[in-house]
Amino acid sequence: MTDLSVPPAAGACGEGAVLRERGQREVFCGLTGIVWLHRKMQDAFFLVVGSRTCAHLIQSAAGVMIFAEPRFGTAILTDRDLAGLADANDELDRICLSLLERRPDIGTLFLVGSCPSEVIKLDLAKAAERLNARLFPRVRVLNYSGSGIETTFTQGEDNALKALVPLMAESTARQLLVVGCVADIVEDQLARSFEALGIGSVRFLPARRAADLPGVGPGTRLLLAQPFNGETVRALCARGAELIEAPYPFGAEGTAAWLGAAARAWGVAQDRLHAVVEPLAARAQRALAPHRERLQGRRVSFLPDSQLEIPLARFVARELGMVPVEVGTPYLDRQMVAAELPLLPAGVRLSEGQDVERQLDRLAVDRPDLTVCGLGLANPLEARGYATKWSIELVFTPIHGFEQAGDLAEIFARPLQRRARLAV
Amino acid sequence: MQLTLWTYEGPPHVGAMRVAASMREVHYVLHAPQGDTYADLLFTMIERDHRRPPVTYTTFQARDLGGDTASLVIRAARDAVQRFQPKALLVGESCTAELIQDQAGTLVRGMDLPVPVVPLELPAYSKKENWGASETLYQLVRTLLAEQVPAPGAPRPARPPSRAPRANLLGPTALGFRCRDDVTEVTRLLALLGVEVNAVLPLGASPDDVRRLPEADFNVDLYPEVSRATASWLQRCFGMPFTRTVPMGVGATRDFLAEVAGLAGVDAAPLLAGEQSGASRSRLPWYSRSVDSTYLTGKRVFIFADATHAVAAARVATEEMGFTVAGLGTYSREFAREVREAAARYGVEPLVTDDYLEVEKAIAAASPELVLGSQMERHIAKRLGVPCAVISSPIHVQDVPARYSPVYGFEGANVLFDSWVHPLMMGLEEHLLQMFRGDFEFGDEAAPSHLGAPRAAAAPSPVLPEPSATDANIPWSADAEKELRKIPFFVRGKARRNTERFAHERGVGTITLETLYDAKAHFGR
Repeated sequence: MTDLSVPPAAGACGEGAVLRERGQREVFCGLTGIVWLHRKMQDAFFLVVGSRTCAHLIQSAAGVMIFAEPRFGTAILTDRDLAGLADANDELDRICLSLLERRPDIGTLFLVGSCPSEVIKLDLAKAAERLNARLFPRVRVLNYSGSGIETTFTQGEDNALKALVPLMAESTARQLLVVGCVADIVEDQLARSFEALGIGSVRFLPARRAADLPGVGPGTRLLLAQPFNGETVRALCARGAELIEAPYPFGAEGTAAWLGAAARAWGVAQDRLHAVVEPLAARAQRALAPHRERLQGRRVSFLPDSQLEIPLARFVARELGMVPVEVGTPYLDRQMVAAELPLLPAGVRLSEGQDVERQLDRLAVDRPDLTVCGLGLANPLEARGYATKWSIELVFTPIHGFEQAGDLAEIFARPLQRRARLAV
Repeated sequence: MQLTLWTYEGPPHVGAMRVAASMREVHYVLHAPQGDTYADLLFTMIERDHRRPPVTYTTFQARDLGGDTASLVIRAARDAVQRFQPKALLVGESCTAELIQDQAGTLVRGMDLPVPVVPLELPAYSKKENWGASETLYQLVRTLLAEQVPAPGAPRPARPPSRAPRANLLGPTALGFRCRDDVTEVTRLLALLGVEVNAVLPLGASPDDVRRLPEADFNVDLYPEVSRATASWLQRCFGMPFTRTVPMGVGATRDFLAEVAGLAGVDAAPLLAGEQSGASRSRLPWYSRSVDSTYLTGKRVFIFADATHAVAAARVATEEMGFTVAGLGTYSREFAREVREAAARYGVEPLVTDDYLEVEKAIAAASPELVLGSQMERHIAKRLGVPCAVISSPIHVQDVPARYSPVYGFEGANVLFDSWVHPLMMGLEEHLLQMFRGDFEFGDEAAPSHLGAPRAAAAPSPVLPEPSATDANIPWSADAEKELRKIPFFVRGKARRNTERFAHERGVGTITLETLYDAKAHFGR
C-alpha cells in the first residue's frame, strides 16, 4: 500500500495552469440532488418552489417513478403568482400545510429555491420562518437554493446540508463528523472501520433522519466523504470544527489514506491502523486487479459534471493505471481537493467551467479511450465512436470505501468490455 | 401555485425542442440557465438519438443577472449560426429567461443574421409542452412561407390530371408516440390510393421542405396536438384542406382512406371493397373474431392518454377488441372537447386533468382489467397490479422499440392487438385461476404464465387503501369476507364497494354471504 502522506513527485498537477472556460455548460442544476437526498433523509420532504421545468427536470433525472407520492414535489408558479407576490406567499403556505396534513410522517420540510423563485425574489427564508411559527416543533421548515443560476448538479447537496448547520447544537465533545451523503450500506461499513480503529463518537451528516442532527463545536473533526460540500464545511468550521485533510475514500489507496488521516487525528497506534486497514485494503486490491489489467494505459477524459472528477481521476490514474487526458470540473474549490490535486499525474489538463462546443472540439483531438460525461452527451458521443460512462452513475451508485473499490473500477471497465464483446 | 409530483408534459420550450430536434438544418437558441440543459437527455436517452438536440443554451448564471444577460443571447446566436450554419434559427426563452425580459427573439432578429429568425414566445407559466410544439411548428411555417401566401380569395389552381395527388404529413415529432413508424405506415396507406407524400413535417424535414409545403394538394393532420394549428393556417392561407380522421385501428384506417380519397379526388371504393373482414390487410379483424379471443369480451379498460390516442384507442377497444370502456380521459386540455364527446359515446365520465394522483384515484375506483395509457399509467397500473399497455406519450425508453411497430394503419392495428392482449391473462388460464383459486401455486400473486415476474412486486400504494363505498362502515361476516377473497383481485375492490353500497341502501346491519350474492345479482356485470 502506498503511503499518501509522502509528498508527491515534482511536476505533479495542482500548481499548473487551469483552463478556465465560460460558455455553454451542459450540467444539471442543484435541484438534482433531491433525487438522492430524499432517499437518504427518510423523514424529509423537498418542496421545490419553481416552474414546470423544475418538476420536469427532477422527474427526468430520477428516470423512474417508483413511488406514487415521492417525498419531493414542485410548487409550480403560475401567472397568478407572478402577478402578486403577497398571494404567492399565501399560496405557498396553503400548499405546505395541505402537503403536511397529507404526510404526517414528514418531520423536516425543505423549501428549495429555483431559478424562477430566485429571480422574482420570493423569500423562502421568510416563508420558512412563517411556517415554523405555525408548525414547529412537529415539523421543522428549512430552505436552501438549488437554482441553476447559482448551483450545479451536486452543489444542491452542499446547500441543503449548509441549511442544517445553524440547527446543530453546540457541542464541545470530541467527535468525528463524516460530511456528505453516502449510501446506507457504505455508512455502515465505514462505521465498522472507525469502531475497529477505536475512533469513538462518529456521526454522519446528513443522518438518516434529518431531525437526528449531530452537535458541532471545537471538539468536532470533519472528514469529507464527498468533494462538493465546501460551503457546508466552511460553515461547520465557523462553528469551531476542524477539517482533517485527506484524499476521498475512493479505491483501496484512497480509502486507506482517508481512514489513516482520521486515525492520525485520533492518535491511533500505527500497528492498530495497519491491523484494521491492511486486510480490507488487500481485499480491495484483489477486487481491483482484474480491472487494472484491462484498463492499464487506457486514456480517459472527464467532462465537468459532478465535482467527483478530480478524486476519480486520481483513483483511475493511481490504482487502475489509466491516463487522464482532460479532467473537467464545474468549479474548482481548492480547499476541497487540496489533498487530491498533488496526486494527479503530471500533464493532466485541468479545466474549470465549460464551453461545451469547444470541449467537444478538444475531445475530438484527444480521442480518449473512455469519456465520462452527462446523459445528454453520452449517446451522441457513442454514435461518433467514443466509449462513454455516464457521470450520474458515479453519483447514484455506492462507490466509496474498500468494499466498493472493485465496483467503482468496474464502472470504468464495463463500457470498454461491452465494446470488446459486441461484434455488430 | 400548483403542487405537482409527476408531470405529463414538460414546459413549452421542451415542445419547441421536440420540433427542432425532429428537423434538419434548424437550430434553436434558448435563453436559459444551465440546469435546463437536462432536456437534452430526453432525446439522447429516451429515443437514443444519435445527435445532440440542435440547441444552444445561453446558460446564464446569477452573476450575469446584474450585468448583461442580453449580450449572452447575442453571442450564443452568433456562435450557433457560425458553427452549425442552420437554414432557420428558432430563438426563445425558458421560464427563468421569460422573467428577466431580455426579449431574446427581438434581439436576435435585430442582428441581421444571414438566416431566417423565428422568435418564439412560449408563456412558460401558463402553457405546456404540446402547446409549445404546436406553436413552434406554426410560427416556423408562417415565417418560412410568409412570402408565398397568395392574395386572399385567390383560387387554388387545380391539380393537373397528369400529376399524382400529393399530401403533406403533419405532426410527427421526436418523443411523440411511434411517430417514425407511423409515418412509414401512413406513407404506404397513401400509396395504396396513388397519393404521393410531398413533405413530412417536422420529422426529418429541413426549412427547404417547409417552403415546398404548398406544392401538396392537401395535408394529413397526423397528430393534432402538434399540427392542428399549422394545418388550419395552411387551409386558411393556402386553401389546403386537411384530414380529420386519425388512422388508428382498422375502422379508422378505412375511414381515413375514404377521407383521403375524397381530398385527393380518387376512388377508394375498390380498395375498401377488398378490405372485408377476413380479407383485410390487417390480421386484427380475424384475430378478434377467432374463438380464442372470446375471453376478451367485455374486459373493462381504462384509457388515459393524449387526446388523439385516447379517443382513437377507445374506438379500437370497443369496436375491434370487444372491450368495455370503464374510463376515458386526457391530459391534453386543448383537445378536451373531443375527449368529452367520446366519453359521452361510451357512457363514462370524462377525466380531463394533469394531476397524476387524480388519475391514479380514478383508475383505482374503476377497477379496470386493462389500462391503456402513457408511461405514467404504466406505473399506476403496476402499483395496482393491473395489466397495462402504453399508447401515448409521455414515453420511456422501452416505448421506443427497435422493431417496426407503428400504431397507425393496418400494420398498426396488428401492433395494437398484440400489445393490448399480451399483458392479459390467456383465456383458459384465467378460467383455471378462478376455478382453483385455493391452489397454492395460483392465488392472487399468479402472473400470466407467459410473463415472468410475479405480481407481488406491485405492492399497493400506501395512500390508496381499498376504498369503502360509504362512510357507514358496515361490518362483514367472516364467511362473506372469506368469499370476497375468492373473487379475482382485479374486480374485488369493485365487488366490495358494490356490496357495501347495496347493504347501505337496504340498511343491512352485517354483510353476510347472502348479501354478497344478492348484491352480485343486483349489479350484474
